[in-house]
Amino acid sequence: MSNRVVNIVVAGLGGQGVLKASDILTEAAFAAGWDVKKADVHGMSQRGGSVRSDVRFGPRVFSPMVTAGEADFLVVLAEDQVEPHRDVLRPGGTLLMPDRIAADRLPNRRSINVALLGVLSRGLAIAPEFWQAAIRNNFRENLHGDNLHAFQIGREMA
Amino acid sequence: MLSGNEAVALAALDFGVALGTGYPGTPSTEILEYLSAHGGRAQWAPNEKVALEVGLGVAMAGAAVLVTMKHVGLNVAADPLFTAAYTGTSGSLVIVSADDPGMASSQNEQDNRRFAVAAAVPMLEPADAQESYDFTLLALELSARWHLPFILRTTTRVCHSKTVVYLLPRERNVLVPHFEHDIRSRVMIPSNARPAHRRLRQKLAELTQWNEESGPNELVAGQSRLGIVTSGVNFMHVREAAPDASVLKLGLTYPLPLEKIRRFATSVDRCLVIEEGDPYLVEQLRTAGIAVEGKPEMYRFGELNVTRVRRILVGDTSPEPAALPGKPPTLCQGCPHRIVFGVLKKLDCIVAGDIGCYSLGALPPWEAMDSLVCMGASIGMGLGLRHALPADEARRVVSVIGDSTFVHSGIPGLVEMAYNPPPGGHVVLILDNGTTAMTGLQEHPGTGRTLDHAATGKIVFEDLIRSLGIPNVTVIDPVAAPERFEQILVESLASDALSVIITRRTCLLAAGKIRQYEQSNV
Ligand SMILES: Cc1ncc(C[n+]2csc(CCOP(=O)(O)OP(=O)(O)O)c2C)c(N)n1
Ligand code: SF4
Repeated sequence: MSNRVVNIVVAGLGGQGVLKASDILTEAAFAAGWDVKKADVHGMSQRGGSVRSDVRFGPRVFSPMVTAGEADFLVVLAEDQVEPHRDVLRPGGTLLMPDRIAADRLPNRRSINVALLGVLSRGLAIAPEFWQAAIRNNFRENLHGDNLHAFQIGREMA
Repeated sequence: MLSGNEAVALAALDFGVALGTGYPGTPSTEILEYLSAHGGRAQWAPNEKVALEVGLGVAMAGAAVLVTMKHVGLNVAADPLFTAAYTGTSGSLVIVSADDPGMASSQNEQDNRRFAVAAAVPMLEPADAQESYDFTLLALELSARWHLPFILRTTTRVCHSKTVVYLLPRERNVLVPHFEHDIRSRVMIPSNARPAHRRLRQKLAELTQWNEESGPNELVAGQSRLGIVTSGVNFMHVREAAPDASVLKLGLTYPLPLEKIRRFATSVDRCLVIEEGDPYLVEQLRTAGIAVEGKPEMYRFGELNVTRVRRILVGDTSPEPAALPGKPPTLCQGCPHRIVFGVLKKLDCIVAGDIGCYSLGALPPWEAMDSLVCMGASIGMGLGLRHALPADEARRVVSVIGDSTFVHSGIPGLVEMAYNPPPGGHVVLILDNGTTAMTGLQEHPGTGRTLDHAATGKIVFEDLIRSLGIPNVTVIDPVAAPERFEQILVESLASDALSVIITRRTCLLAAGKIRQYEQSNV
């Protein structure tokens, strides 16, 4: 996979941490030395509408948007957001949903987004230390522990 | 990694702008917030016209200024824009127009490249965050060099996409503002404006020459079978959809480097223009006698992406798969607007609406808003309905407007109401939730706090409205006293007098933050 662009779509509803997850992913991929682009659609997400964030990384990325039918991974944080986004996946692409995570093992249910990044991380050429640094950069210090833990749980469940 | 908006703000800081001003509007809002958070001086104006006028004053003083707005904001600011091209600037003036092809969150998808031509204001179009940074700096430099305002036209995908950005180590400009009288250049009475118009066209001719020779236009050499002329983010889609094509990417898209494009077009077998929105480039090129192919009409609508560019390349006009609808937004649980729309629905009002979170009152379960056109339109349109409808229907007409929208452009509507009252009176509801909620909780002149939430003078709506001579002005908390609110509305509708009801209750999402600001401001 190292010579082509990896396409990931993160989707969910306003307030679920879609953009936080894609920010962490973007930062980790950048730190790992890839060219990265990220495109967010969050028109009225504050009011609970759909949110979608596309992340693409590789040796050289042009368009910031993932083309329909070409996503390698679709990470969905709200069950009812699977159908509206399913067509982004390429044949054989991977769908990741909250049911991959035993929520009761999470230190904090809000960190399901980061736990799913843990699952995702198994399929990507980005070393764990880049993920961990990106998680630290994207949360206040008192949330570092919970989120690093959630990431680890996701990684183990992958 | 920066978003396009962040990159614009950083470039403005690195250039050394004295001020950033604008009015919030997706997808432009974050620019001034970022500028302020990184130590720049930034402020919200009551509307885009005032923002541009303040900017013009700063530029007249010889300093550099950034004025930001969404695409429809330029409609509001159009009056100063057209004549600012005549007066020109002493310092630098860059106007960011953030267009929204596809209408991720706007009421129309107007293509502001047309404004550049109509107003004769040069325009740059960045393709990603790196170019947002580079072109903002360039626009500020060119503005100072040609003494003209410049438009930086971004689009939603450029504003909100994060890409890797390399910053230029550079010395910040230290422009020392000062005033020199120059009445002939700046007082646009006809005898001065006539030569000013000629000067403007002369400057544009020189700028065209510069654009031909050293403009920020990029040639990607490829096969001679297919050549593509494009600009902005479309360049990225093109590089992916047609990796082998020759591409001419235009950066300064008004005034166009027509000779450069002509040479490119004749160097390839097939020359195709890929542009989002209106056929602006195609029309300009064809008028200049350059033979280019455009896109089928169906691609005028919505934004482009790699799939759509692939389809344009092969002339595919078969129906596109309909995008599955995402979950529509709705008013937050506990939002004060909910109560208001519950009552408007119950009373079967005819609602001349406006733009803000409360526009969601047009959707189920309320469906209690009958029009939405542009900011401030609710009051004038409500008055028009009152003038024209038969008395029994006219009596049900209410204008509904948010607090930020009221300050933006609702005040002249109220003046009209006081001046030309309909025979049966009229009722205006101002939904005062203490913030500009729709665009992400920005301050405005009615909140008493500046862009960075520091205390400042506060417009007291009820005092302002009473001073216009409107007899019935009531302030009510619709959450604390919903029945009382309903009763006041019923009485106002029954009366032939003019009424304004201010429903004052803080936006639920903003309440915690506002409490913090208030505490730190005492
Ligand atoms: C000319 C123009 N500028 C900016 C916008 C973007 N915009 C839409 S509504 C709105 C203000 C909403 O604030 P308010 O009226 O207080 O209503 P709220 O969202 O708080 O309910 C803004 C800035 C626009 N649509 N048109
Ligand atoms: S953000 Fe505020 S104004 Fe908008 S729907 Fe939520 S509570 Fe209402």
